[in-house]
Amino acid sequence: MDLEKFRSQFPQLSRTVYGKPLVYLDNAATALRPQSVIDKWAESASMNTANIHRAVHYVASVATEEYENARKAVASYIGASSPSEIVFTSGATASLNLVASSYGSAFIGKGDEIIIAESEHHSDIVPWQMLCERTGASIKVWKVSDDGHLDLAQLESLLSPSSKICCVAHISNVLGLVNPVDDIVNICHSKGCLVLVDGAQGIVHTRPDVSKTGCDFYVFSGHKAFASPGTGILYARKELLDSMPPFMGGGEMINTVRWSGSTYAEAPMKFEAGTQNFTGVATLVPALSVLQSSMEEDLAANTDKVCGYVLDALSSDRRIHLYGLPGDGFVKIPLFSFSVEHCHHEDLALILDKMGIAVRSGQMCAEPLMDRFGVTGMLRASFAPYNTLSEAEYFVRSLDRAISMLA
Amino acid sequence: MKTLKEIQNEKVEEFAMFDDWLDKYSYLIELGNTLPPFPESLKTDDRLIKGCQSRVWLDARMEDGSLVFSADSDALITKGIIALLVSVYSGRRPEEIASDDFSFIERLGLRENLSPTRANGLVSMIETIRRMAENNCAK
Repeated sequence: MDLEKFRSQFPQLSRTVYGKPLVYLDNAATALRPQSVIDKWAESASMNTANIHRAVHYVASVATEEYENARKAVASYIGASSPSEIVFTSGATASLNLVASSYGSAFIGKGDEIIIAESEHHSDIVPWQMLCERTGASIKVWKVSDDGHLDLAQLESLLSPSSKICCVAHISNVLGLVNPVDDIVNICHSKGCLVLVDGAQGIVHTRPDVSKTGCDFYVFSGHKAFASPGTGILYARKELLDSMPPFMGGGEMINTVRWSGSTYAEAPMKFEAGTQNFTGVATLVPALSVLQSSMEEDLAANTDKVCGYVLDALSSDRRIHLYGLPGDGFVKIPLFSFSVEHCHHEDLALILDKMGIAVRSGQMCAEPLMDRFGVTGMLRASFAPYNTLSEAEYFVRSLDRAISMLA
Repeated sequence: MKTLKEIQNEKVEEFAMFDDWLDKYSYLIELGNTLPPFPESLKTDDRLIKGCQSRVWLDARMEDGSLVFSADSDALITKGIIALLVSVYSGRRPEEIASDDFSFIERLGLRENLSPTRANGLVSMIETIRRMAENNCAK
């Protein structure tokens, strides 16, 4: 598919801000919605509204089918062996909390260790800290190098018989480097340690294959992958899901309820208490299809070109310090976090905003990583497959202008 | 001495002279540069205004019945915004500040032109100035 045709699927790309064309470079926070997702949402909301799984009437069966089709689509997209390995949640954060709370409280206890990469998002740190407070387990931090690389030898030295789970992003939302999850899984599994992969960015820029990777958990959000907000995915191997206690109690997650006690449904239903976001979940089907097409040849070539151009422009500018450098087998995706000498990230973001450019500034939900690099925050420009080379050039020119305004 | 309203009207007019927001930002950056140096020793957590992405310190002291503000920020545009507020409210009696409705902020058009996270910072600055004034009103 050519780039213009791909872009035409995203209505928001044609909007203006402050009278200027919007250049949306905050895709790592949330992606724009394609028309097929908007249409699916509208269709579900206007025609297929009925609560899923419960009723026998016609519309309920259509809504249930849409919801379960999405589960099948996700399972097949990420290479899960069965749709029952897919649990729907409200987002990657909820998925991580589910694992930390359910798996954590059942299988991680006093004296156990949780290995967490230094580059993790707060959502993959705080639930584990909360677990440690409850159970007396402890966290070991897997440090990143100055280039933002995770060293496998260091992982091996961190692993001990007490290591229960290693939590690492497929791609850090700050560093934009693809972590070697296959190797991480091999190393951890050889020591009896599980691996949870936070795929919030990974799902957007790579095609994960959980059966090949062999990871135990893989989580992501729909909204970063073109689907509706409020949709999240937890993949877990079937035997893990079967062994895990429910996270929340409520409707539809039960088998029987008696005053003497309740029994629970099989996974994944066991983890889907209460009315689910069935309208949002239905949009995962068209979203995954757009995601798949975004990685096809023409578009992938454009993404590579944009990535290479921005990487060159930022890394050759002496005023700019880029975090997360490719090399040593680490591939960079078009996600660039950086700081600029003598310029506050907030000032740069405010000025770029008035130029029509949406970027992120601040700690990017990774305060420990900000501390690691000794900064109060960074500026982040994250590109999607619909961003053009001319948008990238406009961004680089505008950044230069913003820096001169602050000099 | 000009009334608080007169000073506010002046600031609103001055700010409205710039059509382009980048020019408004340049004006704010210049305004921030006019703030007297803020002693490092005053950059304490209790002077830090909560709710801003950048760090903003505000200090107030009473001089001859008036409240004198000094401020600093590590970001230039934010420093300009706090400088604008300081230029309006510094040297006024606390009763006068406490009874102000702060509506000139709306007339500046600043709030709606800042994203919610930054607008929160602006609200925090205003609330801090108001609270400092209230705390110094004659009992």
